[in-house]
Amino acid sequence: MTDQRSQAEIVRQSLKRRYRKERRFRLYGIVAIFIALASLFILFADIIGKGHTGFVKTTITLDVTLDSETMYLDDPTDQDQIAMADFVAPIIAALQDHFPDAEGRAARRELGRLVGSYAASDIRDLIEANPDLLNTTQTMEFLAHDTVSVYVKHADDPSYSIRLSEQQQAWVDELLEKDVIDTSFNDVLFSRGDSREPGNAGILGAIVGSLFTMLVTLAISFPVGIAAAIYLEEFAPQNKITDFIEVNINNLAAVPSIIFGLLGLAVFIGLFGMPRSVPVVGGLVLALMTLPTIIISSRAAIKSVPPSIREAAEGIGASKMQVVLHHVVPLAMPGMLTGSIIGMAQALGETAPLLLIGMVAFIVDVPDGFFSSATVLPVQIYLWASSSEQGFVELASAGIMVLLAFMISMNALAIWLRKRLERRW
Amino acid sequence: MSVNETISSAAEQREASVPVQDVAVEKKREDMPVQEGKTVGLPYADDPKFKLRNVEVFYGDDRAIKDISLDIARNEVISFIGPSGCGKSTFLRCLNRMNDSIDICRVKGQLMLDDEDIYHSKRDVVELRARVGMVFQKPNPFPKSIYDNVAYGPRIHGLANRKSDLDEIVENSLRKAGLWDEVKDRLDATATGMSGGQQQRLCIARAIAVSPEVILMDEPCSALDPIATAKVEELISEMSESYTIVIVTHSMQQAARVSHRTAYFHLGHLVEVNETSKVFTSPEHELTESYITGRFG
Repeated sequence: MTDQRSQAEIVRQSLKRRYRKERRFRLYGIVAIFIALASLFILFADIIGKGHTGFVKTTITLDVTLDSETMYLDDPTDQDQIAMADFVAPIIAALQDHFPDAEGRAARRELGRLVGSYAASDIRDLIEANPDLLNTTQTMEFLAHDTVSVYVKHADDPSYSIRLSEQQQAWVDELLEKDVIDTSFNDVLFSRGDSREPGNAGILGAIVGSLFTMLVTLAISFPVGIAAAIYLEEFAPQNKITDFIEVNINNLAAVPSIIFGLLGLAVFIGLFGMPRSVPVVGGLVLALMTLPTIIISSRAAIKSVPPSIREAAEGIGASKMQVVLHHVVPLAMPGMLTGSIIGMAQALGETAPLLLIGMVAFIVDVPDGFFSSATVLPVQIYLWASSSEQGFVELASAGIMVLLAFMISMNALAIWLRKRLERRW
Repeated sequence: MSVNETISSAAEQREASVPVQDVAVEKKREDMPVQEGKTVGLPYADDPKFKLRNVEVFYGDDRAIKDISLDIARNEVISFIGPSGCGKSTFLRCLNRMNDSIDICRVKGQLMLDDEDIYHSKRDVVELRARVGMVFQKPNPFPKSIYDNVAYGPRIHGLANRKSDLDEIVENSLRKAGLWDEVKDRLDATATGMSGGQQQRLCIARAIAVSPEVILMDEPCSALDPIATAKVEELISEMSESYTIVIVTHSMQQAARVSHRTAYFHLGHLVEVNETSKVFTSPEHELTESYITGRFG
């Protein structure tokens, strides 16, 4: 009896120790998760804090008198006259209406620098399209110059330097009060391609470029990856050759992406003579990079189909092909799709290989096909982040937010698909 | 009835004693005489459905089935019994070549179905399996509707050209499997939502939908409760009129209840085959007697 009691005592004591261990172990887990969440929070806070102003544009609304004398333009249909005409003059004149004191060349030049450099071409485009508007007064909205935009948005932020003269600052303050200068949602960001001027730069070109590139990647890597996975898992004999292939597929998944860029440069551009910086080549390179991911996840999905289902179909007399197509593939599809979408999300965020095949070029036009020069979202972010103009810093952060939004929606789609298609057996 | 009672008590003893006696059992097995290729009892039949001679199965270098010869008569129910790992499932799976998908498995010997070689190199496995259906240990319905489960076989074999024909096959198969009344109002419901016993009967309906000549059953009731088991056994008895049935079972009561003949396997040998009543009342071989009286399992 005493022996037994002491045993119970020992157990009780060891129990205490075990529970303590368990509590400590749980604490480690909670701390780990907290660290992960905290870093994620800091990352998001930083990006959103820096980038939210990227979604705001600064505009100047003016009543512009399109006077033929100030513009030196008599006949808007004459191309020579259009080329020689002065379209900045009406803008300066309109600004002088607000500040009658601003006389002289220097003041006129300073006034002219309040609006973006594309303001003049806005007027030219308007007159070219509608010659009748000559000698009328139009209310037009111009994008403010980058320096004005920085002043309006970041006057209190010491990390930005204000490059306006005292006089210009006074003008801007007054115009702000009169609501001539205003801030609104930056629709330019989503409707234009890249530009040398931050106010005019948009991310649409990169989004469309990414879309074309991803379409090529998907069209190649999804069918090839799934076919390879099905063959390796269902039809290939188990021997040295398939072992060798398997090892190499796993290796391929670990190869740094820049190597794929070099391969694309050497093979697609060098050997096949495809053009540089086009979505097709980018898509091909990313497809090669995504293939191992899709093959590995698809094989895992096929493996997880219970053998009893296979046996059931074989037992009725389904051929190998029927077993695979009618039963294995439909049951493995959620896993295959999830793997593919995650692979595509990886490819969407990939920059290094695309730099090598020339998708880093400065491209203003929104690409209109698989063979037109394009850039992609992460490369656009890279370009903006390394740009010296102050306005691009916030654009880069805004671009990151757009990219993250795409990633999150792709991953959410993967989870939704899995939940939706998953069947229990 | 008395047979069943003896068997049931024997089985209980067996189950209770297995974990304790493991080592001793191994030793005893070695001591017992098993002569290769010699089967006592009644292994042969006139005009058999299956004629199996000198069958050997290898997994790599491991000989899992050792020189077995056996006839399976038309429209008979024969059960294979024996301790775990004795090769009865392996042997069963040779009859419709389900072992083909295992790369390292090789089958030797003569296996004839209606005087046609099952393992002939030109033999079409798909055609063979349409004639020799199979029901597995765990109910394995497809994750589709009840209707589609039964209709799958006829569809892939092209047995029904019109929807009405297919409906008829589905209804007949479900009726034969004794499931029609339970599911006729919810043929579109998923099969995986049914109870285990219903799922297993659905698998039987699925097997008979392609009108096979033989049905192989690999421990069909091991995952079922006693009531579901009773239903499946009843079904087996009914089906024996039109099909040849080979059933592997761990339950000796089940073998006693459903089968005409019983075959006892031991470590890859076929030790004894005889009429079921004889096997359970007066086994000829010492090993069979030890097994059915529960001296080892």
